[in-house]
Amino acid sequence: MEYDPTLLLQVEDAHKSFPGVKALSGMRLDLRKGEVLGLVGENGAGKSTLMKLLTGIYTQEEGSFWLNGEPLRVRTPREAEERGLSIIHQELNLVPHLSVAENIWLGRESLAGKVFTKPGTQIRRTQELLDTLELDLDPRSLVTNLTVAKQQMVEIAKALSFDARVLIMDEPTSALNEAEVAQLHTLIRRFITPETGVVYITHRMPELKLITDRITVIRDGSYISTTNTAETTLDEVISGMVGRAIDTSARPVNVRDDREPILSVTNLTTKSLLRDVCFDLYQGEILGFAGLMGAGRTETARAIIGADPIVSGQIIVRGRPVVIHSPAQAARLGIGYLSEDRKRYGLMLNLDLTHNVVISSVQDKFSRSVFESRRPMRAAAQDATDLLKIKTPSVSQLVKYLSGGNQQKTIIARWLVKDCDILIFDEPTRGIDVGAKEEIYQLLNQLASEGKSIIMISSELPEVLRMAHRIVVMNDGQVTGTLRADEATQESIMQLATMRAEEKGQ
Amino acid sequence: MMSVIEALPVQKPSAWKQRLQQLLAFAGLLVIFVAFSIARPTLFPTYSNITNILFSAVVIGCLAMGATLVIVSAGIDLSCGTGMALSAVMAATFMVTWGLPVWLGIILTLLFGAFLGCVNGIAVTVLGLPPFIATLATMMICQGLALVVSNVHPIYFDSGKQGSYLWLSTGTIIPGFPNAIFVLLLAAAVAYIVFNKTILGRYDVSIGSNQEATALSGINVKKWLVIIYATAGVFTALGGIMISARLGSAQPATGSGYEMQAIAATVIGGTSLAGGKGSIIGTLIGALIISVINNGLQIIMLPQQWQNVVLGAVIVVVVFIDQLRNKQAKAR
Repeated sequence: MEYDPTLLLQVEDAHKSFPGVKALSGMRLDLRKGEVLGLVGENGAGKSTLMKLLTGIYTQEEGSFWLNGEPLRVRTPREAEERGLSIIHQELNLVPHLSVAENIWLGRESLAGKVFTKPGTQIRRTQELLDTLELDLDPRSLVTNLTVAKQQMVEIAKALSFDARVLIMDEPTSALNEAEVAQLHTLIRRFITPETGVVYITHRMPELKLITDRITVIRDGSYISTTNTAETTLDEVISGMVGRAIDTSARPVNVRDDREPILSVTNLTTKSLLRDVCFDLYQGEILGFAGLMGAGRTETARAIIGADPIVSGQIIVRGRPVVIHSPAQAARLGIGYLSEDRKRYGLMLNLDLTHNVVISSVQDKFSRSVFESRRPMRAAAQDATDLLKIKTPSVSQLVKYLSGGNQQKTIIARWLVKDCDILIFDEPTRGIDVGAKEEIYQLLNQLASEGKSIIMISSELPEVLRMAHRIVVMNDGQVTGTLRADEATQESIMQLATMRAEEKGQ
Repeated sequence: MMSVIEALPVQKPSAWKQRLQQLLAFAGLLVIFVAFSIARPTLFPTYSNITNILFSAVVIGCLAMGATLVIVSAGIDLSCGTGMALSAVMAATFMVTWGLPVWLGIILTLLFGAFLGCVNGIAVTVLGLPPFIATLATMMICQGLALVVSNVHPIYFDSGKQGSYLWLSTGTIIPGFPNAIFVLLLAAAVAYIVFNKTILGRYDVSIGSNQEATALSGINVKKWLVIIYATAGVFTALGGIMISARLGSAQPATGSGYEMQAIAATVIGGTSLAGGKGSIIGTLIGALIISVINNGLQIIMLPQQWQNVVLGAVIVVVVFIDQLRNKQAKAR
């Protein structure tokens, strides 16, 4: 293949193998000057392998790589950065207890002589950088005190401090709310000049329409297609990714008005955020919780299950008032919580699937006095694996080797084995690829139709609209409204989600 | 083309892999043993010297069993050395000073060890102190209390009245084999069952792997951590019983330094200080390795001051090799 001078970044016929796995075969990628190129594919499609080849984390084996007309062959990410190619990883690589300025110039500090830092100069340089990007950040604030969105901006500022011409962003918006996404997109547009380009990897399909000029789809380590964004539909993109058509216009199923309340929360208040949160969850329904980040949805879930203390409020489960002091007690009442941060709050990553499935019910189901019964444990894990279609070579597989969707199913299995019938899902599809999302949606619908009652906290409005029978909208620690599925729209939810904040601003 | 998921190798905490590690540790033990035997053929591989090694392995082994349980939960117990000395003093107080029968004295001592462990567990869970700090404090408290209770004097057992107590260590049910060996095997067997066959072991591993996720799974993590530390305390007390039965006296000023040997034995045995992974058999082998090295260095007349230097170097080498192998396994 020939080098094309109009391209900023060009990959031709790249192959990469790991023992037992062909990760890439015949992969290509063209990034034109001045464009934002969307790169989409399911988890395991080869996106991160490709990125790691470009930035020198993996060594190139076969294929041609050009950056701005010159062969690209780098050994370390720092070398790539110096060539003008920066990558912003999904998991941010900042040092939490250093300041914004210290993070940006880490390893390249302004020095007086060889040893002593010159903090003043460094802060001035940082301020200049932030000013050119029109970023509202204080160079002195500690990164740990910033929101995820702000931290991401620090990462971007850091990338641009290398005079980056190509910026690769790996799922930059997975932890951002809608307003922050808009801010990020503004920043990207400001970065784009006729000499620069962005590769934008995402799982959030609607964003492709908003920000990208062209979209490259890859699947199973192979190149599928590249199309102009304006000339394609999201359904086409998704079917290219998964190799089959997926219906994005699905609506909630089994919506009924004649249900009994199973969980009632009245005037729930916590010290930090929540004020007088009230709602009812009916048996067999999916109750969506919408709102901006920090609105108090996760806090509500944690307060209900006793993970955080409450100041006042009443919780009624199946008609009986209860006081829940701990997740252990919540589990005994049949309430299971699936955290938005699976790796931190959900899984024992270094332990096997069986352990992760049975851990909640070992004491009541899989033990005689203090001794465990191994065989029933493995049988239960196997049954759950079959039932939920968890893709794994065996129930002894360590959970860290499962994909995001299968990890999520593992936690669902945990609560089903525990016989929980009130399930609180916090961002159930975060970091999960499109095909697996669809499976999770079907699973949630199936669980609800079997009589499980589900609270689904989600920051993705399309997801809430397609799944939830009713939608509770929160803002600033309070419930600002409850909508029925048939009256809810993106606009009506956003209005409720931002209502109080605007009122306060006036 | 193969789908990526199907092509992923099965990553089990596979039995053979763990066995291989234990086999390697055991081979290491044999190599060290043979090396000392060649260096001092007349002094090292003798009946009386091997018995000496085992006497020391019993004490380190008991402490290391407890240390393993605590370390798997991602904690640490620095108090087990001086806790052992305090337990020995308490055993002597119960039997010699108060004149209680031996069987009652032993039970009370084990309960006292559980109590010490509870104090550690409560400091870690209810007070929320980092395990390192909490047990550093109890280490010093135990050291002080051992001297206070004994009035700074060793307490000697009466070979008549407490004869059966001394018999626990130095007596022989099977001629030629001191009972201490069987106590060690029994302690290891109990620890093995607790760790591998009970819910305590499962929660221990789970807490060590991810404490917050375990709590959100509906496990009362604080309660189980207290139980884990208490169980470790029982092993500490057993160590105190075995060392005082061997010496025929409770020595209040000893004990400090044993915690490091126990931790070293645990780490050599393949237990990760990061928690979530451990092996009782590995710890048993680790305790034997440490005892053989301690003893062997004395036999080859290496000056006392050099012995710890060698032991420290051994720990670095062993753990380095272990990490190297783990890295290779990960790199694929």
